[in-house]
Amino acid sequence: MSRTLIVAEHDGHSLNLSTAKCLSCALAIGGDIDIVVLGQDVATVSQQAAALAGVQKVIAVDAAHLAQPLAVNWAPEIISLAASYSHLLGPSTTLGKDLMPRVAALAGVGQLSDVMEVLGTHSFRRPIYAGNAIIDVVAAENTQVVMTVRIASWHAAAEGGSAVIEQRPATGSAASHTRYVGIESAGGERPDLQSAARVVSGGRALGSAENFQLIYRLADKLGAGVGASRAAVDAGYVPNDMQVGQTGKIISPDLYLAFGISGAIQHVTGIKDAGTIVAVNKDGEAPIFEVADIGMVGDLFTIIPELERLL
Amino acid sequence: MKILVGIKRVVDYNVRVRVLPNGSGMDTEGVKMSINPFDEIALEQALRIKEAGQATEVIVVSCGGDECQQQLRTGLAMGADRAIQIKTDAPLQALSLAQALLKVVEREQPGLVILGKQAIDGDNNQTGQMLAALWNRPQATFVSRMKLQGETATVTREIDAGLETIDVDLPAVITVDLRLNEPRFVKLPDIMKAKRKPLDVLSIEELGVAVEGNLKIVKFAPPPQRQKGIMVESAGQLVQELKNRGLL
Ligand SMILES: Cc1cc2nc3c(=O)[nH]c(=O)nc-3n(C[C@H](O)[C@H](O)[C@H](O)COP(=O)(O)OP(=O)(O)OC[C@H]3O[C@@H](n4cnc5c(N)ncnc54)[C@H](O)[C@@H]3O)c2cc1C
Ligand SMILES: Nc1ncnc2c1ncn2[C@@H]1O[C@H](COP(=O)(O)O)[C@@H](O)[C@H]1O
Repeated sequence: MSRTLIVAEHDGHSLNLSTAKCLSCALAIGGDIDIVVLGQDVATVSQQAAALAGVQKVIAVDAAHLAQPLAVNWAPEIISLAASYSHLLGPSTTLGKDLMPRVAALAGVGQLSDVMEVLGTHSFRRPIYAGNAIIDVVAAENTQVVMTVRIASWHAAAEGGSAVIEQRPATGSAASHTRYVGIESAGGERPDLQSAARVVSGGRALGSAENFQLIYRLADKLGAGVGASRAAVDAGYVPNDMQVGQTGKIISPDLYLAFGISGAIQHVTGIKDAGTIVAVNKDGEAPIFEVADIGMVGDLFTIIPELERLL
Repeated sequence: MKILVGIKRVVDYNVRVRVLPNGSGMDTEGVKMSINPFDEIALEQALRIKEAGQATEVIVVSCGGDECQQQLRTGLAMGADRAIQIKTDAPLQALSLAQALLKVVEREQPGLVILGKQAIDGDNNQTGQMLAALWNRPQATFVSRMKLQGETATVTREIDAGLETIDVDLPAVITVDLRLNEPRFVKLPDIMKAKRKPLDVLSIEELGVAVEGNLKIVKFAPPPQRQKGIMVESAGQLVQELKNRGLL
């Protein structure tokens, strides 16, 4: 029978939604499921993890050197727990992408990235070529499966569980060669891109950081998160954490509104799982219209204010 | 200090590749091949470090069949000092590749290994992290800014929550993100000069690395298509349509 260990993602106060999404993937694999919470003062987060339905046990590893999710410090802790598990899961967020390959290499196995579907305990589906192809990958039966879970493909598992919480001491110590300095967070009041039900995005067409206010205002009216194309990020209109796409965030809101975004494959791959895609572009031939459920040809600088009035 | 840069030959990012009708792979017949865009950025960074007097030699390494010599030559034309091909015709998984790179690292003893954060064909985003694990050295992934001071690199990483800064002691593995720099263009005379730069070929067997991994791709399929949408003429119609669908 499978035994899965999920690595919890959190900020010290609350469990990231990606953990409940990993749990859905683990439930699809079947068997026993545990969650490991690494960090410092993780009592609250461990309780949140224990409340997810379908979890047997939460393992809390509390140590000062685990406060920041540095892969060099986290990976050995996961390895020290890994022996009795058939599957090790992390989210396909920047945390999981940084961490899980290091875990896999220490475990001496390959790693599956961005698992979108479980076909069997050792058979999985994932996208490649910016979503231009979907592949079925089989892991050898007798080997440990290490993967990142493509969070846009999975619903968050429900609460209502009451798993036991087990405290474990850290087995390792801080790597002296890697030191955390700090984080610059744009982090405003707006809903998080990766969990927002609605997202409004702007592209190069916005032309400046000031003009991007149009996007923010519309988003606030809709209670939406705000995203951007790479071109808008590169041009400095918005911070990097707003980039949607192959090399930014892969998102799955119920409603996605794209203004002045051409629809390059690298962008579109980030929104394919959205419920409804709305695109406004002045070029009727823009490729974004190939994926839009509702399209409108026109100038965003007149259309956005009109929408604001109507909402 | 030497810098090792990993470059992969991939289908150019502008090409829309398709799955072969029989599902056995991608149709790459006759399509334009290029250096993985992230790896150009990795190489550019290495060259800038050398030009700033902080490195003595930049070595590009690519793993693959003889076709990848083309990308290695482009790397040499950009300014790398020499090239290494790790020759194999088998499609390698990231772990085998990391094991092969480790062998090269052991031979060359670089102070920095700079890779792309991901290859845009397999979208794995694994190799640098795996190499760092096997080498038991620091990893700094998704780097959009970096500064070298003596034996330490201060790097800024693009993460979901914003920009994170860490210090790593050398030797270290860096994987680069898109906004680190803008790679230079190759000039014609440099292409000629690159032909005379050394390009060594090591076979993967010679390095003692097993090409078989525990993962196997059994099927390729085209992605599901989204239903064709509708066009609206006015903001009013757009709002009405969203209401009709229960989205407002
Ligand atoms: C390795 C790699 C990775 C990449 N990863 C990503 C990624 O993760 N995310 C991403 O987004 N991109 C990514 N890109 C970049 C991608 O290829 C495109 O260059 C980018 O998405 C273009 O952004 P854009 O649509 O805002 O700009 P453009 O392509 O310049 O499009 C602007 C659009 O705005 C329209 N427009 C102009 N004025 C108006 C107006 N007044 N009203 C309405 N419409 C107007 C134009 O018709 C045009 O369609 C990547 C590229 C590479 C090489
Ligand atoms: N065949 C290869 N030869 C050399 N370097 C590679 C190869 N494949 C991947 N890399 C390096 O590893 C990085 C990450 O690739 P991946 O883990 O496959 O997404 C790439 O950006 C390259 O720098």
